Amino acid sequence: MSFLEYNVKFTPTGWRKVFYLNWALILLLTAVASMGFLMLYSVSGGELSRWAEPQMKRFALGFVAMLVVALVPIWFWRNMSALAFGLSLLLLLYVEFFGSIGMGAQRWIDLGFMRLQPSELTKITLVMILAAYYDWLDLSKKSRPLYVLIPLLIIAVPTYLTLRQPDLGTALLLLMGGGAVMFVAGVHWAYFAGVIGAGVGAVSAVFTSRGTTWQLLEDYQYRRIDTFLDPSNDPLGAGYHITQSQIALGSGGWTGRGFMEGTQSRLNFLPEKHTDFIFTTLAEEFGFVGAASLLALYILILVFCIATALQQRDRYASLLVMGIAVTFFLYFAINMAMVMGLAPVVGVPLPLVSYGGSAMLVLLTAFGLVQSAHIHRPR
Amino acid sequence: MKRSQRETEDSARQIGRRSLVLGGLFAGTGAVLAGRMRYLQVERADDFRLLAEENRINIRLLPPARGLIFDRGGVLVAGNEQNYRVTLVREDAGDVDEVLAELARIVNLDLVTLDRARQEIARRPPFVPVTVADRLSWAEISAVAVNAPALPGVTPDVGLSRIYPMGGDFAHVVGYVGPVSDYYLEQTGDTDPVLQIPDFQVGRNNIEARLEPTLRGSAGTTRVEVNAGGRIMRELDRDPADPGSDVQLTVDAGLQNYVEARLSGESAGSVVIDCQSGEILALASAPTFNPNLFVRGISTGAWNGLNADPYRPLANKATQGLYPPGSTYKMVVALAALEAGVIRPDETFNCPGHLEVGNRRFHCWRRGGHGRMDMVQAIGQSCDVFFYELAQRVGIEAISAMARRLGCGVRHELPLSGIAEGLAPTMDWKMQNRGASWVVGDTINASIGQGFVLSSPLHLAVMTARLASGRAIQPAIIRSIDGISQLPEPAPELGFDPAFLTHIHQGMWNVNNDRRGTAYGSRVEVAEYKIAGKTGTSQVRNISTAERASGVVSNNDLPWDRRDHALYVGYAPFDNPRYACAVIVEHGGGGSAVAAPIARDILLRAQVGDIPPPELYPSSQRHDIERMHRELPILPSPPVPAGRTVRSQA
Repeated sequence: MSFLEYNVKFTPTGWRKVFYLNWALILLLTAVASMGFLMLYSVSGGELSRWAEPQMKRFALGFVAMLVVALVPIWFWRNMSALAFGLSLLLLLYVEFFGSIGMGAQRWIDLGFMRLQPSELTKITLVMILAAYYDWLDLSKKSRPLYVLIPLLIIAVPTYLTLRQPDLGTALLLLMGGGAVMFVAGVHWAYFAGVIGAGVGAVSAVFTSRGTTWQLLEDYQYRRIDTFLDPSNDPLGAGYHITQSQIALGSGGWTGRGFMEGTQSRLNFLPEKHTDFIFTTLAEEFGFVGAASLLALYILILVFCIATALQQRDRYASLLVMGIAVTFFLYFAINMAMVMGLAPVVGVPLPLVSYGGSAMLVLLTAFGLVQSAHIHRPR
Repeated sequence: MKRSQRETEDSARQIGRRSLVLGGLFAGTGAVLAGRMRYLQVERADDFRLLAEENRINIRLLPPARGLIFDRGGVLVAGNEQNYRVTLVREDAGDVDEVLAELARIVNLDLVTLDRARQEIARRPPFVPVTVADRLSWAEISAVAVNAPALPGVTPDVGLSRIYPMGGDFAHVVGYVGPVSDYYLEQTGDTDPVLQIPDFQVGRNNIEARLEPTLRGSAGTTRVEVNAGGRIMRELDRDPADPGSDVQLTVDAGLQNYVEARLSGESAGSVVIDCQSGEILALASAPTFNPNLFVRGISTGAWNGLNADPYRPLANKATQGLYPPGSTYKMVVALAALEAGVIRPDETFNCPGHLEVGNRRFHCWRRGGHGRMDMVQAIGQSCDVFFYELAQRVGIEAISAMARRLGCGVRHELPLSGIAEGLAPTMDWKMQNRGASWVVGDTINASIGQGFVLSSPLHLAVMTARLASGRAIQPAIIRSIDGISQLPEPAPELGFDPAFLTHIHQGMWNVNNDRRGTAYGSRVEVAEYKIAGKTGTSQVRNISTAERASGVVSNNDLPWDRRDHALYVGYAPFDNPRYACAVIVEHGGGGSAVAAPIARDILLRAQVGDIPPPELYPSSQRHDIERMHRELPILPSPPVPAGRTVRSQA
């Protein structure tokens, strides 16, 4: 059964679809990515070839992927959802057994021209399969325990695999992204209240388990939580990242210290300055104006996504777009909160800005899905 | 199959509602993030800007170049040399052991150095540079620089280190520098920030220590931008260090070297002083030690060796060593008696070889006695009985007052670490310190510089200079600081009757130039270099009755540390006194046999300005003197190429 009720002939076909793309959204994405190129150029100390250039190539590749995905009708992607999810699960299992170790975690597959992180891919395919699931499910059954259990299992499998890598950030993102799709699909409030209650219970369990034989998290994960709660008690050790990134942010002031003038990043006081902590460099060099602009661009992208979702009559399309929007939101909100000291340090990149091929490609492909929904919306 | 219209509408409505809830969540989160941004970047911007600057900018102290020390002729005595060293920053090195192994392949590092470096690296914070090896050659330091890519965290570096080009010659004058120890900081209470500079050196001894504030200079500062690893990225500005002041000594390096060489092999001290100005031309103590050993921190083995040596190389015998002056004290007694008017200059006494005082018999060194003689002869032949008689007439108070007037038993202020006050005893002194009354025997002992009387070579040199010139010269060892003279005003006359002084001089002339003089063997053949002096042999033991009965035991049969001290004081040239010299050879035996030849050589070296030619010596001695001079360990001059010294750090 399908929620597709509009006539196909109303939608554009062939190359004419290009005119029906959401060009404003493309402009926004390009603007965000360009800020990324600028910052990568800056943190490398003015070396184009180090980070900025590879990032541009990936953006170009992702951009093409986005257009290709956009031009393919959304219902094709719905049919592909289960396959895509299955594939990403296989890749996750593959890194579990054969993946390369990078930065203390087993996360990626070396494809030669880039390093693929299956966990990034899973963020989108999970949203796809859940959207497809709720598209398939009768509306009346959506809050029945059995039919709530199925998506929970779908979420649990990749979450467990990424947690094992270990990659707390991605696991959280999967959990919250999947939950968001269930929420938008209309699963009963009570379930979410229950989950939040269970979450509080789990947090207290995590803390009480510390130091015991059934300790739930790795030691380094506990330390990150400790330093998040009080970064000042270890300013040169585990709290170093948070302290230094706040100094960088704060010292930017209103208008920043100027392009390539950020001392914190240039003098290596910032950790992971080209990946997870790139926002601090932006904030240091362009100040509040620059940082708030990026936030505004992100929010605008979300607005476009929500608008696209609301225009849909197809349940799959709207759930998918909302799921992508939530995932995108979680990316930048967690990253920003982390560098500003509002959240513990978990490895979540700043979407479209942080150096990294997998996230860039996957995000642009996801926005290709949004564009596809946009082009093939009912009119 | 399509869903019903109603179902589609329901679905869209629900998704719309829930999406808007999420949208609200997005907006709320966005507002929180923006608020946090505003808080950090606008409200607390100044705090964080300050923290960022503190991160970025490091103020480092620049060590001042230590002032140089020259001899009176401008020969460098203490200089600074470039010390090429290699430092390692643990944080930048990665695998420290691997880097050290690589470094050991390039420069020659022994296991001890490597071990010490490893411990130091482990002890310090990861971003602090630790000196792994120093005193590398230019070739080694270049090799390190060339191989830099293979040596992460390793930086070739250059510092200044003290060097004493004359080795041991000035150890007892200039002293040495050493690392700043916690003990030093505690002792001196010195809070100069320059002391915090790694490897900074402070004066530990003698002039280096006493003129520390003059020589040290003051630290400069440099503001540098550092990265998170502590590595200096660039210098922002610099306030250069003020180098320490240069010090010129009154000491003549050539003469000093000759004296040290001439004394080598003995445990001895000697001072040569300018009779007219009081400038110390040489101040030597043998054996000496190499002060360069102390600059880096002396090894325990070497330190124990120096301490265990019975000849005490670390003690400055010239100023710190106190000895009974023996017969060299007789001029004091003679002049005191003349001044007091208790003896006519031409009065004579008979010396039968001993003198009975009360129930005690005091012997003359010559058992058979000297017969009848006047003061000039008594000084020349060092007749003890004559002075026993004289001392009884003039009394100890006048003798000791004269001693102090001539510079014995008083403290001479010199910027050296150990200056002994000596002792010219009085009746009160004995009562206070020994709890006993002065007895006439004490006076008689004092008259030949035995008993309680104690002097250092410095005292005796000052005494001789004052006797020779009749002026109250004060010893001085610093000639100028940064070119500004530090010499005292010309010394006033002591106010002695010139006739009395001439009498004393005549007696001292006889010592060296009268056939019966005790130092006739140490005479000079050429008139313009003639010397006058006085020998002394002071006992360090009491001669027992048994020894007296069996005849005096030969010095050579005694263990070294119980033999007599050999002393000699003298001045030259006789006609126009310029140089006064005192020599004490610890447990050397007789003054005339041991000390006088040394002093003659020293006085000739001072007058000639070079190794004295053999023609100045009696013909029978020339062969031996020539051989002795050939074998003497004298430094070639100039001792060190000027290029190795560094005036100040760039």
